Amino acid sequence: MNRNDLGPMAVDRRDFLKFTGGGIAVAVTLKDTSIISEAMAQQRGYPTDFNAYVRVGEDGRVTVFSGKIEMGQGVETSQAQMAAEELRVSLDSVDMVLGDTDLCPWDAGTWGSMTTRMFGPALRAGCAAAREVLLDLAAERLGVPTDRLQVENGIVSVVGGEGRVTYAELAKGQRIERTLDREAVLRALEDFTEMGTSPKRFDRREKVTGAAQYAGDVRLPGMLRARILRPPVHGATLASIDTSAAEAVPGVTVVNQDGLVAVLHEDREVADRALGLVEAEFDIPEPTVNDQTIWDHIVASAPDGRTGHEAGNLEAGEGACTRVSENTYYDGYVAHAPMEPHTALASVEDDRITLWVSTQTPFGDQGRVARTLEIDPSQVRVITPYVGGGFGGKASNNQALEAARLAWITRRPVQVMWTREEETFYDTFHSAAVVKIRSGIDAEGRVQLWDYHVYMAGTRGAEVMYEVPNAAVVSHSARGVHPFATGAWRGPGANTNIFARESQIDIMAADAGIDPMEFRLRNATDPRLRSVLEAVARAANWTPAPAPSGRGLGVACGLDAGTYVAHVAEVTVDESTGEVRVERMVCAQEMGVVVNPDGATMQMEGCITMGLGYALMEHIRFQGGDIQDLNFNTYRIPRFSDLPEIETVLVENNQLAPQGGGEPAIVCIGAVIANAIYDACGSRVFTMPFTPESVRGGITAG
Amino acid sequence: MQETIRFRLNGRDTTLESDGARSLLWVLRSELELTGAKYGCGIAECGACTVLVNGDPVRSCLYPVSQLQNADVITIEGLAQDDDLHPLQEEFAERGAFQCGYCTPGMILEAYSLLTKNPRPTRSQILSGMDGNLCRCGAHKRIVEAIEAAAARL
Repeated sequence: MNRNDLGPMAVDRRDFLKFTGGGIAVAVTLKDTSIISEAMAQQRGYPTDFNAYVRVGEDGRVTVFSGKIEMGQGVETSQAQMAAEELRVSLDSVDMVLGDTDLCPWDAGTWGSMTTRMFGPALRAGCAAAREVLLDLAAERLGVPTDRLQVENGIVSVVGGEGRVTYAELAKGQRIERTLDREAVLRALEDFTEMGTSPKRFDRREKVTGAAQYAGDVRLPGMLRARILRPPVHGATLASIDTSAAEAVPGVTVVNQDGLVAVLHEDREVADRALGLVEAEFDIPEPTVNDQTIWDHIVASAPDGRTGHEAGNLEAGEGACTRVSENTYYDGYVAHAPMEPHTALASVEDDRITLWVSTQTPFGDQGRVARTLEIDPSQVRVITPYVGGGFGGKASNNQALEAARLAWITRRPVQVMWTREEETFYDTFHSAAVVKIRSGIDAEGRVQLWDYHVYMAGTRGAEVMYEVPNAAVVSHSARGVHPFATGAWRGPGANTNIFARESQIDIMAADAGIDPMEFRLRNATDPRLRSVLEAVARAANWTPAPAPSGRGLGVACGLDAGTYVAHVAEVTVDESTGEVRVERMVCAQEMGVVVNPDGATMQMEGCITMGLGYALMEHIRFQGGDIQDLNFNTYRIPRFSDLPEIETVLVENNQLAPQGGGEPAIVCIGAVIANAIYDACGSRVFTMPFTPESVRGGITAG
Repeated sequence: MQETIRFRLNGRDTTLESDGARSLLWVLRSELELTGAKYGCGIAECGACTVLVNGDPVRSCLYPVSQLQNADVITIEGLAQDDDLHPLQEEFAERGAFQCGYCTPGMILEAYSLLTKNPRPTRSQILSGMDGNLCRCGAHKRIVEAIEAAAARL
């Protein structure tokens, strides 16, 4: 195909362009993006060449269709900024349609701090290409070559001449679809008017008035609310069941099909009560592991390691050391605990099903629903309203499959909104893990040896970061180790790995009698790492002192999703009880070009606050498949009374494309608090969360 | 037990024919068609379902509608006057004192009650007054700042 071919495209592959009224729709072909894995896309039967869709309406409003979803991270606004920048329209003329599988380009899911970093370039290129299409139309209209045209605020005009036409006028009376696959030129940093600014969030009014719709807020006529029979523990099997008492409740529908037992009623509370009338007996397996024995189990279950990084020779490294330190770090299971539990509404019409789902993966859900119902994905539409928090937990959506099955069976709209207890029971927890490190320093305080073994946390955040001539990073993983599901939890694995690495670095600094900030800088050559360390030291007014100094100051740094972060924490420790209070958190972050500084700052603040949880209080207790913390009465998450003073600094680096922002500032929180605890009282904590008992124990032992 | 319950809902006289044991949360979210109050935990531990009954914040998930006889109920939908947002809503919106927004209606109503009782709260009074409302995104810092800014305007 001619690369400059602007002819009508074949659109019969998708229903996208069946919009009513006039306007211009642009489907963009981008050859060089890795956003869509071709293998996956082809397996799904989707076109591999459409990465971004834009529609310019007759009213001049621009609609951007993105497969990403809004769960609080602010990407509705930041994607609109990128689109407005490239299209040269005002931000308030942009409307976003997110996560609708009928309308939006395929997307793998909203996770991994990838929206801006990975999808952003595709979105920008798509919108820049759409601008080119509009300019071509304007050139025809005005009778001048494209290169004589300029565009600002949706108005195309002739440079140094007469003639202007608006996008709205170009779209009027049109009903055309265009595709373009030539190289589109992105706007240069120095020309930015939308990117790099902090407009107010698009969702602000809806979210403060109660108008914002989440999956559970969508109501359909005749809708039934379902409650589903659950096993008391993971691994239990249903031995007997009697649903007759539930069936006797007026208006209750009981479904008992292929292992799915549900009671449905228009009134949620009637369904709740009817579920209580279901008599079920389960065979419960003997627990083999619990929250105290899990770490031995993990190390024993994953003997074979895979070496990810290797440098020099460990034996030679050991020989170069004047001091070697060997420690083991432990991390438990942590719940995602989004405030909105997993929710889905499913509605069947003829052979098609539409679902409103609280999901990070609308296209994944579409495929899973299709497989579950044994229908074609084209018969399934997933719509994603606002999502009430995800953090990785809403990449898995069995509630959508449950709602789909129940709606398919009953032929009525069915809402499944998990209870908080179901939400926690079926959560894909942050994985328990173990890290063993043997490391050493020479007489000058330089790290010569780094022998790192991580069990079940993977390698995200396991890079050495520092200049170490003799190093090995080995990851041990196996299947079937956990007694229940685990999955990606905001900064997956990195929270564990960086806790271990940065604690070990601190231990070596203390061994050497060197200030921990100075020790890091002495061993770091990466300029981006040094820049965030220096920035956080300045912002926190760091004055050097070897730990433990009694001041309660800790430092830690990390790299996640392409972004560098460094933190300083100030804590107080009640030495009689071991209670830790974080008084102050300072964070410096370097994330390349910043699309929305205020939005990035919100994510940093959110990461810091959420991170207090896994560091200080969050830990799922269990006996085998019996999850003992199911609701907020025993599963404590950070509250207002835990809030420290928070200061954030964005370190400028406009030489680098935008990097991730949703997760990086959480990955050091365990480490920085552990190091601050040590500095406060000399107690070195090795197990997250740092309970008062463990902190007090360290003081006694120290 | 089926009861006739008369109360004011966001300033409007409302009559409900209902089993008095039902919880206010699900009655609001179903036949009263007000979905601003959210289900978060079902045991009055998170505050997402907070509404005001006679000016007091209550956890509507455990609040039986039988207790509403002659009461004055305000939900998040009733806080703005026509199109004019309440200063708390404005400050939450302008300062980005929310992320996912699921806890926001409960946060704003809890803060509304706090400021009604204590128009000039100290920061520590805000922290303790809001402690029963959970936010998982970590918007706490800006929520506190929004409440302080709204207090300064009220």
